[in-house]
Amino acid sequence: MSRTVGVLALQGAFAAHSAVLRSLGIDTVEVRTAEQLACVDALVLPGGESTTMSMLLERFGVLEPLRSRIHDDRLPVLGTCAGLILLADEILDGRADQHCLKALPLSARRNGYGRQLASFETDLDIIGLDAPFHGIFIRAPIVERIGDAVEVLAEVDGQPVLCRYEGVTVASFHPELAGDARLHRQWLSDAGLITG
Amino acid sequence: MTETNRATGSPLVKRGLAEMLKGGVIMDVVNPEQARVAEDAGAVAVMALERVPSDIRKDGGVSRMSDPEMISGIQATVSIPVMAKARIGHFAEAQILQALDVDYIDESEVLTPADETHHIDKWAFDVPFVCGATNLGEALRRISEGACMIRSKGEAGTGNVVEAVRHIRSIVGDIKKIGQADEAELFEWAKQLRAPLPLVQEIAETGELPVPLFCAGGLSTPADASLVMQLGAQAVFVGSGIFKSDEPAKMAAAIVEAATHYQDPDILVKVSTGLGDAMKGLEIATLETKLAERGW
Repeated sequence: MSRTVGVLALQGAFAAHSAVLRSLGIDTVEVRTAEQLACVDALVLPGGESTTMSMLLERFGVLEPLRSRIHDDRLPVLGTCAGLILLADEILDGRADQHCLKALPLSARRNGYGRQLASFETDLDIIGLDAPFHGIFIRAPIVERIGDAVEVLAEVDGQPVLCRYEGVTVASFHPELAGDARLHRQWLSDAGLITG
Repeated sequence: MTETNRATGSPLVKRGLAEMLKGGVIMDVVNPEQARVAEDAGAVAVMALERVPSDIRKDGGVSRMSDPEMISGIQATVSIPVMAKARIGHFAEAQILQALDVDYIDESEVLTPADETHHIDKWAFDVPFVCGATNLGEALRRISEGACMIRSKGEAGTGNVVEAVRHIRSIVGDIKKIGQADEAELFEWAKQLRAPLPLVQEIAETGELPVPLFCAGGLSTPADASLVMQLGAQAVFVGSGIFKSDEPAKMAAAIVEAATHYQDPDILVKVSTGLGDAMKGLEIATLETKLAERGW
């Protein structure tokens, strides 16, 4: 049976993620509703505005189904930037009404590095990849706390920027903008959706 | 431990923020209270300005960059990106906005132009710029000056979407035609568009504008957002359309929802219902000043 990877397409850099997944030969669908969510074997939560995504998840009845797929079905998920914030179990400097999916024990501070002028790019050494990966950080969150079972795959100045926990991978940067599919491949491989 | 070598203000970093705004709504606000309403409704960013375009149109006079105090007040109120407008060619206003740490600068025809020949050299800034365009040539000239996002100009402050549709159709239509042109024809395209050849060649190769393409100018309903996004806009700016409507909070939330579900008429029925009156619009033919004609 062919496997399908969804990209949460409420808002943000979803098209760039879809393009990377397609370049790896993966069947990809955009997810905006609970019906679409029910049909995917894994899900990417892209960058964008986490506050906007949180509201849209709630208003269109996708929040609880997504929680259930992550916790009950163990849906493999990849969260980048805003996606990391949504998957965290604690959000600092967020809105009081902002939801978090608690997919892994991790606290994320929104815009932790500062406003756009503090956005940056830098090369990252990533566990599992044999050559550096170009990290693009846009008004990125800072990971301030992780649980013992969370594996840190990359750091910037001693702070985790790429973490793995069971089927969940989160990055505070944007692998979908790097023109490099290695991180997506590693996540798909962890989830058993691609070989190699 | 050595500090990581970080590059800031690079083209990738500047264009990256525009990528994050795709599928969203950027709302004009004139004070922190409106910014709060916009964020509560799900705006992906706010545009801080002194008067919304429909009031600029009504009041006349010279319109300039906003008071820094007002911009700081909005930055302190919301956590989403805050953009602000500088006059066309007014690089000193842009320097001030960059020093204020705004997230994006709109070099905007809605304000009174400060230079009749030169746009701002946007490569000289670390903060990214968005610029308006009425056609592909204008868009590529702005990109060659360093713009990281293009928006249609539309006709701001009218509540009339017809000009925005004209501009988006023109830009997207020419991108499609360039995609089918052969190598020799690209030289002629560059000449006709008065645009740099390498940018025209890039479009021929990728089939896309080199930076994100958003829509602005006269949008005032969820259906307007759906229309321009189906025509190829990747996000929308809404100015007077929200805070000149009967129920701004409802209208703002509805346009946010329409930007996500722009291809789903059943959802658009729901989000378009019970919004009260949209802003009263203006017929383009009766306008004394066409803002879209500012800039070149």
